[in-house]
Formats: sequence, structure tokens, C-alpha cells
Amino acid sequence: MPEPLLHLVPKAEAAQSMKDFKSDQEVRWCPGCGDYAVLAAVQGFMPELGLAKENVVFVSGIGCSSRFPYYMNTYGMHSIHGRAPAIATGLATSRRDLSVWVVTGDGDALSIGGNHLIHALRRNVNLKILLFNNRIYGLTKGQYSPTSELGKITKSTPMGSLDAPFNPVSLALGAEASFVARTVDSDRKHLTEVLRQASEHNGTALVEIYQNCNIFNDGAFEVLKDKDQAKEAVIRLEHGQPIRFGAENEKGVLRDPATGDLQVVTVTPENESRILVHDAHAATPTTAFALSRLADPDTLHQTPIGVFRSVDRPVYDTLMAEQLETAVERYGKGDLGQLLTGNDTWTVVG
Amino acid sequence: MTSQVSSEAGEALVGEQRSAPASPHHGTEKEVRRLDRVIIRFAGDSGDGMQLTGDRFTSETASFGNDLSTLPNFPAEIRAPAGTLPGVSSFQLHFADHDILTPGDAPNVLVAMNPAALKANIGDVPRGGEIIVNTDEFAKRAMAKVGYATSPLEDGSLDGYRVHPVPLTTLTLEALKDFGLSRKEAERSKNMFALGLLSWMYHRPTEGTETFLRQKFAKKPEIAEANVAAFRAGWNFGETTEDFAVSYEVAPATRAFPTGTYRNISGNLALSYGLIAAGRQADLPLYLGSYPITPASDILHELSKHKNFGVRTFQAEDEIAGIGAALGAAFGGSLAVTTTSGPGVALKSETIGLAVSLELPLLVVDIQRGGPSTGLPTKTEQADLLQAMYGRNGEAPVPVVAPKTPADCFDAALDAARIALTYRTPVFLLSDGYLANGSEPWRIPDVEELPDLRTQFATTPNHTLSDGTEVFWPYKRDPETLARPWAVPGTPGLEHRIGGIEKQDGTGNISYDPANHEFMVRTRQAKIDGIEVPDVEVDDPDGARTLVLGWGSTYGPITAAVRRIRREGGHIAQAHLRHLNPFPKNLGEVLKRYEKVVIPEMNLGQLATLVRAKYLVDARSHTQVNGMPFKAEQLAAALKEVIDA
Repeated sequence: MPEPLLHLVPKAEAAQSMKDFKSDQEVRWCPGCGDYAVLAAVQGFMPELGLAKENVVFVSGIGCSSRFPYYMNTYGMHSIHGRAPAIATGLATSRRDLSVWVVTGDGDALSIGGNHLIHALRRNVNLKILLFNNRIYGLTKGQYSPTSELGKITKSTPMGSLDAPFNPVSLALGAEASFVARTVDSDRKHLTEVLRQASEHNGTALVEIYQNCNIFNDGAFEVLKDKDQAKEAVIRLEHGQPIRFGAENEKGVLRDPATGDLQVVTVTPENESRILVHDAHAATPTTAFALSRLADPDTLHQTPIGVFRSVDRPVYDTLMAEQLETAVERYGKGDLGQLLTGNDTWTVVG
Repeated sequence: MTSQVSSEAGEALVGEQRSAPASPHHGTEKEVRRLDRVIIRFAGDSGDGMQLTGDRFTSETASFGNDLSTLPNFPAEIRAPAGTLPGVSSFQLHFADHDILTPGDAPNVLVAMNPAALKANIGDVPRGGEIIVNTDEFAKRAMAKVGYATSPLEDGSLDGYRVHPVPLTTLTLEALKDFGLSRKEAERSKNMFALGLLSWMYHRPTEGTETFLRQKFAKKPEIAEANVAAFRAGWNFGETTEDFAVSYEVAPATRAFPTGTYRNISGNLALSYGLIAAGRQADLPLYLGSYPITPASDILHELSKHKNFGVRTFQAEDEIAGIGAALGAAFGGSLAVTTTSGPGVALKSETIGLAVSLELPLLVVDIQRGGPSTGLPTKTEQADLLQAMYGRNGEAPVPVVAPKTPADCFDAALDAARIALTYRTPVFLLSDGYLANGSEPWRIPDVEELPDLRTQFATTPNHTLSDGTEVFWPYKRDPETLARPWAVPGTPGLEHRIGGIEKQDGTGNISYDPANHEFMVRTRQAKIDGIEVPDVEVDDPDGARTLVLGWGSTYGPITAAVRRIRREGGHIAQAHLRHLNPFPKNLGEVLKRYEKVVIPEMNLGQLATLVRAKYLVDARSHTQVNGMPFKAEQLAAALKEVIDA
């Protein structure tokens, strides 16, 4: 096991409470917004992480969710639309003693900032990215987003949207993400557990958080939240456990031997032993990707939540730091006088 | 001694002949003439290695102690179609026994490796100039490709030039016949044959080139030795063949230079070193976020070699991420830099605006090239000045610093870092393609004499609330500089949030208050307006009535033009701006001292626009946008017209 990079971040000297992470700023999200729940979960989780709060930084882009840093009593930057992963990359790669979190939304991360997101993931910079997905543009008052379902009627698409949505988990896996998880704003326990695993991960962790926009897309995730419907709609992924769900836990995920694809079946004594056991640490992302495709993009039925993938692979910041160390070992600490002089000189005497 | 390049038609060789013939040299009995300066242009296909040849001749010349100035000129395509006019790559070098300012208007000597190189460059060579042509390449087809119906070597079109027909390819193959190389491999050394010949003609030292070749091809010793052999064969050819009856000496320019140790340096290298030096002098780690773009990429390449100085280089996914990462590093306490050219600046504009709002130090290095859009990637221009000044939404003032010569890029980088760190602001450093790739001798500075750029991070609360609580206010300013405190993450008790939304004065909290916004906009402007920059100096020995004002890389040509005018008895004053924003405090007063002000620029008059707007001075514009630096002679004529008007 590689060294946990979290060890590079100083620990708090005294015990912390949720209050320590609340800034003095009034929270200005709409009443009833899912963002409140996520904020509370993060503020509640931070004392458990126990890092010196001056070494924690939240960087965000533009959008409702991107106001998040103002409400955290840590260092923070509310930057520009889509660029938070790039800015956070500069911070994380130059300051390995910091715990750097990116807060972004579906528009910020997947539309205007899509390029930065995929490149942060492929580089595996030590960032924790919280992607609040409400499947709508909130701050600009209700246009469809890159995760909105096809045919979405909005102000900018009165006859329905024409573009197929991104599946953020599939996208992240395709971008070589080393940690990908999905959770839901209202499930504090699940959200906290995912945050815990993300924070401990070495490298980029992408956490998609289904978040309700009660003004412009209310109830978008109701099927996953309503107690009765959720039993049929939500597939909870737990590493090492068979993937089963349903009111009576009667459904399971099987690999189709003919296509290699995954399918949902009713569990029977015959097929029970072949029900897929979730392996978040699998060497290849193939099965994780197949799991990400189970959900119906329109109805969200059969939506897996939890950690899809969590693997160790080289972390950009670590590699960068090692190259600096190697250069010093190889050439000695840089000597400016020597550098400026170079090899080809001549002297003019008075 | 300020004899300048003259290019009167019919003059055989530029420069005065002093005490010819000098003493026999290297045992040769050939005549040796002494010159005060020479301009050589190497020209060939873009695959012929002309840039390398020019670089080597430059190194030899630098180590010999001449003053020099170079102008590489190459197409944007890596290997443009062979033998065509667009594929011609050239390297011009001006060297002298006295101080010179430009790579020269017109070459005295043209080395043409093929018909295309001859055709593309002959127009610049004055009658009487020497032309060395590789006759092996003058086959019918190659000539027809560039529109020569008959051979220019035979049809009299080169009458009046001193043509040296040399079968460079054949001679190179002959010299290398025992090396067991393929014809193609052996042919590639013909540029070294040409270099050897020119090195003989001008008595250049040769050890440096031989050492260089052995290092460059350390992994292919047979190629290294073949190149050395071709180089020596070229030298010996000059010494033995009757066609080359005369060789030339250009004495070291000892009197032109102050005492010191010198090296040759290009603008991009000097700029890279300036950034590394700024990191050391500020005692901050240097962080470069960049995306490859011509002609700025060499800075990324250079800085990536110096990780043992703690330099971090991040090759980003795009221009926006390049500056984004730099800004993130600045927030974390690095000396942050992004390097680019005009198209990249366009993409970075929003982040520069954010840096203006965040008030964090950040260097934005723009190596200008021909525009708009992709424009002329490998040619020079100064047309990004107004983009640097105004290319952002809202009132977003950014200081602008411009180096004037290749070596000056070092000092300009340190100066830009001083402003960024002192005033907590992004700063534009506006170099250009001519400075970037051109080179000149540089007096190596004593590192102990470099400016102290250390800055203080905030470490303690800076404000007391009415109830006595000590707090940290991220936008409480230094009353003198108006800079805000730089509190980096990891500093306990100073946790704060910053962003691109308008901030309340002092606290930095989000504020949409109209009066506060008015105050903040004006305060950010006042901070930049108040930056300390030295007064502009005026060179006016004769009490002239006309002032020529320049900025950036036009310094060399303007100064050369001014010298010409004065040598001919004309009166003109000269001033050159390093700081374009803010302008030096005395600029308005200086401008008003003169009846006429003329501003030469490689754009359509951008500085002139600024000067006219700010000072209500009827400045005249003299502009050129052909991708090349001004020629001193033409510029002198243009300035003279203004003087005489």
C-alpha cells in the first residue's frame, strides 16, 4: 500500500466540532435546497477528518453549489465558471500539505469545465471533487444542463432539449478516474460514508451527489428518495458484497455470459451464487462502467449509489514532487550563478 | 565607435577596411582583410539545419568577443514542402567590433543552400554582396519549382554579386565517403560544411562547435565524427580553393562592452532565467502553468529543465488551465507564471480578470506574434498591447512591462515580478517573437547584486473589531501600495474566502452595495496607477524638436535609426518605454517638451492611441506589420521625414 497522502496534511491540535467549520457568512441558497444538506454533511464530517482547518481549502467555480466555500470556515476560493479543477490543480501540486476540495455542479463541471474535469481525473491530482448534480441550471434560472434528460422542457428548450445527457460516473470512469462514487443529498449517512472514503483516497476522488433543486427541477431524484420507490430504484454498492436490491432484496445483478454486459435479474436459488460481488478495487474499470450504465437515464430506475471504483495509481502531485527531489539528487540544488554563466563565456577586461 | 550598417548599392562589403592586409593567419598566404562588421544570412530548406548552423556561428562569434545580434526567420511548418519558397528557413547574424543594435538590414553574405533559398533572399542582398550557393541543388527541376526558367548562376541575373559556386553536397559526400554512412545521412552534414567554410572566411574559433557536435551526437559517435569531418572539410576548402581568395577579420568588440563576463543569450532564455532568478530573489517557489504555443514554448521547455531549483512546470490541458493552475499556485504562495502568445492571452482573459479581483501576484508572459487569430505564429509583432491593457470585462487594470532587447528580458522578468509581488496583482510581460528567438551578448549579472524581491505573507490578524476581537481582513490594504495582505493556506487563524464576486472593502465578504463597488473599482485602478516605475529617460544631446518614442523590441532599430540621423547631422531625441501601464510619471511632461512626437510600432499604432488619449499629444504613428523587425535605414528615412515635415 502506498503512503496515505492525507498524512502530509497537519492534524488539528484540539478536538473539533461542526461549529468550527461554519463561517460567519449567511447561507444564501433557496430555502429547501439540497445544498444545505450537503453543507451540513461536509461540516459534520470535517471534525472526524480532524485536519488542521487552516490546511483545508475549498475551491469552486460558478453556480449555486459553487457558493459553498463561503460557508466553510477554511481557506477558500470562489473562482470562475468551470475552472475550479485547474485552479485546484495548481494549488494541490504546489502545496501537498493541503487538503484540497473542489465543489462544482453539473453545468460547471460537465459543460463549461468539462475539459478541466477530465484532465484532473486522468492526471490523478490529489483533489476531492464534489459534483452537485441537480440536472438543471439553477443560478441562471432554469435552463437544461448536460445531465438533463433528453426532451427536457425548460426556458431555453420549450419544445424539449435535443441533446443526450452525460452520465457523470461513466464519464469519470472513461477519463481514467481512480475513485468514483455517487451519493444522494438527503442520505446523510451514506453521503458521509462516501466522503470518508473519498478523503482517504490518494488521488482525484469524484463524488457525484444527486442534489435536489426545489425551484427549477424539484423532485428530480424523488424516485431514489421516496422510501417505497427507492427500494426498487436504488442499488447500494458495497465492496465485497453481492449486488442485490428490491423491496424483498429479490433482485440482483448478473453478468450475461454471452455479451459480458450486466443485467438485473430476479434472484433464484439457481443463479444466486452467480450474483455479481462488487469489487471497487478491480484492476480494470470495465465492471464499474457497466454498473454505471444500469440506471435508466430518464426514470433513474436501477441507480447504483456508493463507491463504483477506488484504485491506487500514481498521483500527479507525488510524481511532480519526486521529480523535484530526483533533480536535486542528480544535479545538486540549483545554483543561480552557475546557471546564468552557462558553458560559453568570454571576459572583457577594462 | 558607432559606425552603422550601411547598405548603399554597389558597396562591396559593409564596413570600413582598416589596416588591410593584416598579418597572415593560420599559415595561409591568402589576403586577410579587416572589417568592422559583417552581416551573414544562412538560408536553406526548413530541414537543412539552417537554425543550427546560425546558432553555432553565433556561439563561435560570441565566444570570440564580437558584439552581435541575430534574426532567425523560419516558417510555421516543421518541414514545409522541400525546395519551395514557403519552406525557406533563414538565420541572419550581424557581428561587429563595436556595439551594434540590430541584426542588420541587408546581408553582406548570403549562403543559399538551394534555388528556393536564393530566390527568397536575393532581394535583400545589395549588389556587390557575396553569395555562396550550393550548386549541387541547382538542377533544372529544383529551379523550375521556384520559377527559375534558366539558371540564375549562368544567365547573368547575379551579375554584380560576387558569387561563389560551391558543390556543397558533393564536397560533403566526398569528405565523408569513408564513414560508411548512407548518402542521405552523409548529405545532412552539408550545413556543417557550410559552417566550416564560413568559419574559415571569418576566422571564427572552432573548438566550441566540435565540442558541441560531439555532445549533441554523444549517442551516435559516428554521426558526431562525420559532422566534425564535414565542418573541417568546409574550413579546409576555404583555405585551399582559389575561389576564396580573401578571408576577413572582425576584431573583438572589447571597447564596446563594460568589464565583465559575457555570454550569448536569446530573449526566451533570458526571460526563463529572469523568472528563476525572481523566484530565488523572492524566496518563493516558481510555478509555471502553461500550454505549448509558438513562440513561447521554449520558456516552458527551459523551466522544465530546472527542477533542482524547485521550479514546478505544469503542462496544462489548455491555455485556461495553464493560467488557472498558476493562479491556484499563487493562492498557495508560489511565484506563479503563465507563458503564452496572443491567442493564449485571449483564452486566459477571464482568469486574468479573476486575478485582478483576487489581487494575487501572477506573471502573464505574452510572447507576441503576428495576429489576429492564428496569424503568423513564427513572426514578430507588437499588436497585443491593447489586448494586454484592455482585453478583459469590467475595469480590470493590469500593469504592463516590456523588455527592449533579448538580454533585457532577464531584467524585465525581475521587474515584472517586483510589481506583481509588491502590489499583489497580475502583470503582463510583453515580449515578442523577435526578442524571443534573437540573441545578443549579455553581461552576466552578479547574483548577489540582483534586487531583493522578498515579500511578507500575512501571519497574524490585521484588524480589531469594535468589540475588541482580533480578526483577519483579506482586503484591508497597505495604505502606501494599496496592496492587500497575502495570507496563504496553512496559516492558522487567517482562514478566509476570496472570489470573483465584488467584495466588501476590508472584510472581503460578498457585497453588491453600489457605493462599495464604486469604491473598489476606483481603488483597484488607483493601486495600479500608483505603481512605482522609474521616469522615462530621454536621450537628446542636441536639443531636438522631434522625439521618437518606442516600446519593447523596437529599441534596437529605433536606436540604430537615431544614430544614423545624428551621424548625418540631424537632430532627434529618443525615449523608450519599459512600463506601458502605468506610464512613467514624467512621460506627459517629456512629450510636451517636443514639437513633434513620432511613435514607431509593429502594429497599427497602439501605443500612439494610448499616448494620444492620455496626454492629448498629436503623436504621429509610424507602423509596420510585415512580421519582421524594422530595418534601421528605412526607419531612419521615416523619422527624417517627420523631422523635416
